[in-house]
Amino acid sequence: MELSKTAPTQQRKFDLFDFLYKYGTILTIFILLAVFATANPAFIQGNNVINILRSISIVTIIAIGITISLSVNGFDLSVGSVASLSNAIVISMFVWFSQNTLVAIISALAASIIVGLLNSFMIVKMKIPDMLMTLATMFIIQGIALTYTKGATISQNMVMPDGTFSAGVISTVFTKIGQVPWIIVIMVIAVVLVHIFLTYTKHGRYMYVIGGNMEAAKLSGIPVNKYKVLAYVLSAMFASIGGIVLASRVMTAEINAGAPYLMDSVAAAFIGFSVLGAGKPNAIGTFVGAVLIGILQNGLVMMSVPYYSMDIVKGGVLAFALGLTYYKQKH
Amino acid sequence: MLTEMKDISIEFPGVKALDHVSFSAATGSVHALIGANGAGKSTLMKVLSGAYGHYTGEIIMDERKVSIRSPKDANELGIQIVYQEVDTALIPYLTVGENILLKHDRTFINWKELHRASDQILKRMNMRISSKKLVKDLSLAEKQMVLIARAVSTECRFLILDEPTAPLSHTETQELFRIVNDLKAQDVGVIFISHRLPEIFELCDEITIMRNGRLVSRDSLSKISQNEVIERMLGEKLEEQFPKLNLVIGDTLLEVKGLTDSEKIHDINLTAKAGEIIGIAGLVGAGKTELCKTLFSSGKIKNGEVLLHGKKLRLRTPHEAVKQGIALVPEERRREGILVEESVSVNLSAASLGQFTKALGFLNGKAEKEKAWKIVQSLGIKTPALETKTKHLSGGNQQKIAIGKWLLTDAEVYIFDEPTKGVDVGAKKDIYELISELAKRGKAVIYASSELSEIIGITNRLYVLYDGQVVKELQTSQTTEEDILFYSTGGK
Repeated sequence: MELSKTAPTQQRKFDLFDFLYKYGTILTIFILLAVFATANPAFIQGNNVINILRSISIVTIIAIGITISLSVNGFDLSVGSVASLSNAIVISMFVWFSQNTLVAIISALAASIIVGLLNSFMIVKMKIPDMLMTLATMFIIQGIALTYTKGATISQNMVMPDGTFSAGVISTVFTKIGQVPWIIVIMVIAVVLVHIFLTYTKHGRYMYVIGGNMEAAKLSGIPVNKYKVLAYVLSAMFASIGGIVLASRVMTAEINAGAPYLMDSVAAAFIGFSVLGAGKPNAIGTFVGAVLIGILQNGLVMMSVPYYSMDIVKGGVLAFALGLTYYKQKH
Repeated sequence: MLTEMKDISIEFPGVKALDHVSFSAATGSVHALIGANGAGKSTLMKVLSGAYGHYTGEIIMDERKVSIRSPKDANELGIQIVYQEVDTALIPYLTVGENILLKHDRTFINWKELHRASDQILKRMNMRISSKKLVKDLSLAEKQMVLIARAVSTECRFLILDEPTAPLSHTETQELFRIVNDLKAQDVGVIFISHRLPEIFELCDEITIMRNGRLVSRDSLSKISQNEVIERMLGEKLEEQFPKLNLVIGDTLLEVKGLTDSEKIHDINLTAKAGEIIGIAGLVGAGKTELCKTLFSSGKIKNGEVLLHGKKLRLRTPHEAVKQGIALVPEERRREGILVEESVSVNLSAASLGQFTKALGFLNGKAEKEKAWKIVQSLGIKTPALETKTKHLSGGNQQKIAIGKWLLTDAEVYIFDEPTKGVDVGAKKDIYELISELAKRGKAVIYASSELSEIIGITNRLYVLYDGQVVKELQTSQTTEEDILFYSTGGK
């Protein structure tokens, strides 16, 4: 081979499958948009677009956390429970303890950091497989959240055990978080920040390297354990932010409010693998995955598909996206 | 009976791996297939065994055109292959018998019959392994035998062995040769891929040489010499393999005192001076890899200390070892040395990313690419681009990357664990030169290898390891391969 002064770039021939792999998700989004818009012109109107973005923001934020744990080839199943716990803590800080916004948010985040540290300690030091450990944590945190709220929904003016009504109120600043435009702004900031972190910083590079081959990463002198801990703590923190935003949006803390977000978030992160041919977990892809799920959900509702059959479509889309990703990896 | 492959071509994204190659092998003979890394020998054999279906050209068996597009097709025609990575083809928690008769499944298993049948196969091949043993308890050589036994348990007419001797010790290799000769006597055609020329001349009848995806020649081994083979492999005359060492030896850099790990190595004492290449000789299983890893703090230190410049090192994780100036090129290239799913430049910068990092941890992509390209050029790494994933490169080029990433760090002690394993002659020479270049720059080099000619060729001084202990320290210029072998087999 001749060596030139500058590095050459690689050229690729057109390949239909390759094209589908890279742009399939985005193509699907446009096809869905076209179909839903034809069926119901209201679908594409500004109001509804904002509605979709609002509805996916919590899923996206939690999925961004999962993306980080996936980047070190880990998996965090406890995010749904962490979101529930954060939701409960934030609301209870206002309602039960009459605290201000800052204290409420910091308490919720602090709790999530403890969960992240617990997860990573058990995974890194005790060598428990990540999926199993976070499954256990999922139950533990779910239980803690339930115990903390005594199995009741926390809301303003709720009846306390001693028969009085609670006096605390949720601050008006806090209520803004869950409203347009702030809820969308928070989501966009999360996506952009994590995208920059994973793609343009040393730390992100190390995480991908660890995810690709942990043994080689370790033998390259990369502090593998440190980064794994960081990944699980960040994952829990994003789940907590998701829970806080959720709290602001619904203004109450219902039992297991965060649990339903787990599966949608996992789906979004996995769909994101193939977006633009990344082939690995990435923030932009995760966002696109969440958009796809959001559009599906919203469009199906508008087309009067009953809510109870929605999961069939969602699962189908996930299976399709995974098929694209893993078929590609095999070939 | 004859198998002929005619005009076989195959392409992968960006690479033409085989270019109109013809190959033929007969039953009842051992056929050597040789070529530098990336010459296409493994690819050609994967075509023959059905692993790659998208080739062009035709395959003729017994004067009849056959279609081989999947491993199943190949199996039905009696073509079996044993890959180098034996663990990928075995189920560790099943017994030897189950592994051998893996594909002979009926709905219900007759355990007695299963073990009887597999014992018979093992016995026929004079293998001393019990059918009831679990595969995970076997040695590498025994696992290979189980795979060969599995191959011959079917109607096997051609058996392809892809670098079978690379991980084997001398006695194990002899055992393998006996089995190959037995198979030959049973009219099986064996196709033998290896980088070790003496073995080929000992075992094989015919030889096909490949270079750059093309066929070079096909000869009877009685009509060709070792040097001719090497010339044809490389396409050029072979010069002196090992670089001349005129090293200026400086002060003691590294001192190891009474190093003991929790498993294998025991009470190791050694020193390495600046500009010196230290050999670690010993047979497979003597503890060379364990010693290298422990020095790099990837193994657990139980006792003893390691001093650099007379200062005691804190060695708890490889991260600390790198920070203190120690670099390791590990033995298992694909598993430990490189990141197969990442690009060439990501691999090259993996150990020194701090250099390419601006404030807040942001990467300086341009500087990273420039440095990576410099390494690619200076080491002669053959890659279409810096963005190419390293899994698409040949073994020799992967190894150069595994070494190259340490050239960007400013380590003082470089540890090499079998750096030329599975690397072709041309790339080997490059690697030797690279290593002596490091020594010239005043680094201390520790070179572990079970290839005695390498140890003799490249080191200044050597330690012989036997059963996890240093049994002898020798000056390379005053020793011979026989001496080293004597001490490494436990002689005193």
